[in-house]
Amino acid sequence: MKVSKRQSVLSAFAEIKSQAESRWRGLKSGKTVIMVGTATCGRAAGALEVLRAIKSELKRQRLDCPVVEVGCMGHCYAEPIVTISKPGYPPICYSQVNPVIGERLIREFILGDNPCLEFVLGALEKNDLVPSFADFPRARFENKVILKNCGHIDPEHIEHYIANGGYSALAKALQLKPEEIIDEVKSSGLRGRGGAGFPAGEKWEICRNARGRPKYLICNGDEGDPGAFMDRAILESDPHSVLEGMLIAGYAIGARYGYIYVRAEYPLAVQRTRLALRQVRKLKLLGNNILGSDFSFDIRLFQGSGAFVCGEETALIASLEGKPGNPHHRPPYPATNGLYGKPTLVNNVKTLAYLPQIIGEGSGKFARIGTEQSKGTAVFALAGKVVNTGLAEVPMGTTLHQVIFDVGSGIKEGKRFKAVQIGGPSGGCLPESSLDLPVDFDSLTQAGAIMGSGGMIVLDEDDCMVEIARYFLEFTQRESCGKCTFCRLGTKQMLQVLDEFTKGKGKIKDLDMLIELAEDVKAGSLCGLGRTAPNPILTTLRYFRDEYEAHIKEGRCPALMCRDLIAYYIIPERCELTCDACVGTCTVEAISSHPTKRYKIIDQTKCVKCGTCLKSCPPQYSAVVKLSPPSLVPVSK
Amino acid sequence: MTEEQAKFKQQTRRILGRFGKKRSNLIPILQKLQDNLGYLPREAMLEVAQFLDVPEIDVYSVVTFYNQFRLQPPGKHSIRVCLGTACHMKGGYITLDAWKRRLNIDRGQTTPDREFDLDTVACVGCCVMAPVTVVDNKPEGKVEPTRVDGILLSFKREKEGK
Repeated sequence: MKVSKRQSVLSAFAEIKSQAESRWRGLKSGKTVIMVGTATCGRAAGALEVLRAIKSELKRQRLDCPVVEVGCMGHCYAEPIVTISKPGYPPICYSQVNPVIGERLIREFILGDNPCLEFVLGALEKNDLVPSFADFPRARFENKVILKNCGHIDPEHIEHYIANGGYSALAKALQLKPEEIIDEVKSSGLRGRGGAGFPAGEKWEICRNARGRPKYLICNGDEGDPGAFMDRAILESDPHSVLEGMLIAGYAIGARYGYIYVRAEYPLAVQRTRLALRQVRKLKLLGNNILGSDFSFDIRLFQGSGAFVCGEETALIASLEGKPGNPHHRPPYPATNGLYGKPTLVNNVKTLAYLPQIIGEGSGKFARIGTEQSKGTAVFALAGKVVNTGLAEVPMGTTLHQVIFDVGSGIKEGKRFKAVQIGGPSGGCLPESSLDLPVDFDSLTQAGAIMGSGGMIVLDEDDCMVEIARYFLEFTQRESCGKCTFCRLGTKQMLQVLDEFTKGKGKIKDLDMLIELAEDVKAGSLCGLGRTAPNPILTTLRYFRDEYEAHIKEGRCPALMCRDLIAYYIIPERCELTCDACVGTCTVEAISSHPTKRYKIIDQTKCVKCGTCLKSCPPQYSAVVKLSPPSLVPVSK
Repeated sequence: MTEEQAKFKQQTRRILGRFGKKRSNLIPILQKLQDNLGYLPREAMLEVAQFLDVPEIDVYSVVTFYNQFRLQPPGKHSIRVCLGTACHMKGGYITLDAWKRRLNIDRGQTTPDREFDLDTVACVGCCVMAPVTVVDNKPEGKVEPTRVDGILLSFKREKEGK
């Protein structure tokens, strides 16, 4: 680029940046700022009610404090989270805030000077008053790169992003040659975060060198894995980092148009991305001659329509073209023959979100994190029976044990760890013996699972491994597009076998048939959905064969989960005769008192096995138990 | 043609006017139509096929391929039970049974009085609040069978104007 052009890019960006910074400073100057986390996870926990309560209390007290809606900090177990930065105090995060606590915080902390330590989660900065997040045991393992801004800025205000260093990597990129950017990405060692882990720089180079115009760039935000929500959190909490990544990638490969494909099940992510697009267009960071350079690029938002298979790149492209999302054979790869037959780069949300840092701060910093083969960090969505559910960003190579027990603080209610399910329907269940495996692209594959996009469901002793295999197969079977025979019919057959198992009707020889079928489905399917669909079955069979055998041979579910193999029973000796908790909560009126002895009896013919009685029975009695097989229930006298 | 059908046709034409005649607009068009009409009636799909100049079967195949599109009219309140992994392991299927039992319909159906429609969703990404049910587009965390009764009761009260 000519010197004059380079100058104009710099000065155009400097102007945008100084405006954003002055507005950001205006927000911070001398006032108490209240931040409420209103991503979907916060909303499900009641963040909007808290927000309303805080606003009306501020009005009632005639206080002029800016209330900022921020995204998700990753501490989803503590939602709704409210952060208050009051001059003279460090910014303090409060957890599980309800409207009453919200009002109290305003009266006591903002009006008074009592920081209400009983509700504190932690402080954002080190200080002498309250423990900060850096003092948490998990801080030793965490390294936030793409989650850096999440929960700290308002995703609906572009100034917040720019004032925190946003879009300066784009300004820098526009002064480099596209080849230089590709080299930088190559030397960073960035691998695609969608699951397969293909080196991003190489893919870009193939796409850049491909013939055909115009070129397209697609950001794959069709995060279909049930149990994964990293992309949702990023798009809801920091959409501009993804857009900046798209702009840099678009410039590097010479693309003219970009699409950002977001799942329909994420309405808030759609809304915030749409708003973010409007803002960048207004600042001329998107459109013709971005920042006065020769680079012109447009991004359109495309809303998915609820099909898991569309996470596969060729199916996603078919969907963008207005067709049913059927995958097709690769090669040719989309990098050379993609959308409308033109060269198309498809990258995951997270892959693109790393770019502002890689370009802005140099590839060296990124490449120093992680392992030899897998550079950078991994983002996991921790869910299931782990204490600290939420998002965790750790360097590649951290062990599963560290992620679950140090970052996630172990298993809820002191139960025993049984397995961790990684990679969603394409991944597998790994047992305790695999916990020392490092999380990177290659180690997990060897153990039979995949890193996938990063969903991690922790299972404890109450979770049945046959049932989880059946659940995933039911999912892939329903989501199979039906193009390949093995995937369409093979998954159906396997599901039928597993259904029988969970009902205690299976035969031991079915286990061999299941393995045989699994191999055939793997070999006979075109896309990742079919090729990986048997993984949950194969890994559970490999590590938890005894559970399958208990179902088949004894009609017993060791985890007491499969509804056809358990019965609820009230132990007469433990039942507190005057308590009616179970009778009142039973949703089908199946519980009644013994006519003379007054202890409670469950009518097994009416019971739907919902477990409400077990939860409602006061812990000091614990009279309700689950029995498997159901024949263990004594005949009532 | 009934009055309702005529109305659908007219509304569809109005919405189509905002789109270009490109095949790639098919899914955005169908989404917009569903947003406005609540579902995709036959008349609307026929209009779309004509507008984009594609065979009717192509429109129908897209509508039936994607989970989001509905062929039945929705209820006044939408109930979407999340069956993601975390929700399933925490008893989402038990919650689904509770909804089915109380509303007396199966997944994908609408109650005869068109008050409620019940469906499942693969995952709404609120795994930490499992089991989740999305009630009228608002995700509600920790919905167990007793909470199902609570939600239904609040709707009943609202209807009675209390």
